[in-house]
Amino acid sequence: MKPAAFEYSRPADIDEACALLAADDGARVIAGGQTLGPLMAMRLARPSRLIDIARIPGLAFVRDEGKEIVVGATTRQHVVENDPLVRAKLPLLAKVMPFVGHTATRARGTVGGSLVNGDPAAEIVLVAVTLGAILVWRDGGESQSIAASDFFLGPMVTALPLTACLAEARFPVWPEPRVGVGFHEINARQSDFAFVSAAAQIALDADGCCTRAAIGIGAATAVPLRLDAVADALKGQRFDEARVRELAKAALAGIEAMADLHASAEYRKRVAVTMAVRAIADAYQDAARRP
Amino acid sequence: MKVELDINRERHTVDVEPRLSLLDCLRDKLLLTGAHAGCEHGVCGACTVLVDGAAVRSCLMFAVQADGVAITTIEGLSPGPGELSPLQDAFCETHGMQCGYCTPAMILAAHALLSKNTSPTREEIVDAISGNICRCTGYAQIVEAIALAAERIRGQNDPVRP
Ligand SMILES: Cc1cc2nc3c(=O)[nH]c(=O)nc-3n(C[C@@H](O)[C@H](O)[C@H](O)COP(=O)(O)OP(=O)(O)OC[C@H]3O[C@@H](n4cnc5c(N)ncnc54)[C@H](O)[C@@H]3O)c2cc1C
Ligand code: FES
Ligand code: FES
Repeated sequence: MKPAAFEYSRPADIDEACALLAADDGARVIAGGQTLGPLMAMRLARPSRLIDIARIPGLAFVRDEGKEIVVGATTRQHVVENDPLVRAKLPLLAKVMPFVGHTATRARGTVGGSLVNGDPAAEIVLVAVTLGAILVWRDGGESQSIAASDFFLGPMVTALPLTACLAEARFPVWPEPRVGVGFHEINARQSDFAFVSAAAQIALDADGCCTRAAIGIGAATAVPLRLDAVADALKGQRFDEARVRELAKAALAGIEAMADLHASAEYRKRVAVTMAVRAIADAYQDAARRP
Repeated sequence: MKVELDINRERHTVDVEPRLSLLDCLRDKLLLTGAHAGCEHGVCGACTVLVDGAAVRSCLMFAVQADGVAITTIEGLSPGPGELSPLQDAFCETHGMQCGYCTPAMILAAHALLSKNTSPTREEIVDAISGNICRCTGYAQIVEAIALAAERIRGQNDPVRP
């Protein structure tokens, strides 16, 4: 369990990090090292150079830009977990953070690292897809933005160019007064990667009817899946468990679920329906508590 | 590469290959063998140390990443020679260990919890050690030890030092 030898650089800014990436095909960025570290220990990754971006000034922040909360790529997961702005304006992200690994991995792991890693079971990836976040990277001295739904291409495969460095993630803020969130996942051990997860964010009007919904399923398919048909069908509706179950079942009937030693495709499909129903129920309840 | 480390409030300059983990640096270069090597890929938690007060896995950090932060290992926890911290005492009293392999890491993870929260619920205690595997105790006495230490710390005049 010892990684192969590599060179180590600590660039002063993000453009220098990109230049180092461009100069060496074998170079990789390291942020929190909570995924790259294990991969290197098992020699599944053998970078020739590690480009440590964790201390680049101005890359770790949580910023309120009104319609969006912007999270810098190297912001540590435990910072986001405890950030009052995230709690107030991005309740879905706040909700999932305790499920991202353990206290000790969140102390090092970054938001950008989780996004770039693109694990379909990663909770931050699920939130980015569910809410429709915009991801911004630097490449060759220029910034480029991309929708989360276009960024994630497959398990651990993203649209990020090899010479690019993720700079920030922009999460949309819902202005409605009564917004509630729900999240459920099933795994072998608390805080391990999920076999199936579901996230829901719902806005209610004064009568308890849904005015807007976003629903996502993680870990079941190669990239997190948005259940837009379910979200649309909820509009104008109060919570009705039987109906939500039917909607979720219909939406998930045709998916190509992943299978592994722990969970078959059939199991994932079946559990995804239940996780979705629970997440939606929680989101309704959470929103109903707000004035 | 030369790197300056601040370990248990002492400065050390060590010459390391970039691929040397902080864990191996502590154990092999500085002979601080309290951080244990279990899986060496982030799963077991046996290598836990404190970095600026937060529990982290020292096998998932390279020594070259560790300059400029304050590292605390189990060796740095006791208040003086021959003394034990309240957590260490409580682990002894409640039999919070059997083989002891997981123990330094459990104590440091608990230390990080209690330095922020001296009245943790059982759930908070369990969550704080959820990343640490123990193959012996079944965890019950570990949880008991942490609760006992918390109770004692709450009774101290200086509750900030678990
Ligand atoms: C025991 C354990 C349990 C875990 N459980 C979970 C879990 O339940 N859910 C979960 O989501 N995650 C989990 N993780 C992984 C999570 O902790 C990682 O933090 C996260 O996946 C990667 O973030 P990082 O900052 O550590 O990235 P790193 O490991 O440093 O990097 C990961 C990848 O992203 C690239 N990269 C990182 N940042 C950038 C950037 N800004 N620009 C370009 N490329 C970049 C790196 O080159 C590398 O390929 C777990 C990890 C461990 C060790
Ligand atoms: S040795 Fe570091 S987590 Fe197992
Ligand atoms: S006491 Fe043996 S592993 Fe915990």
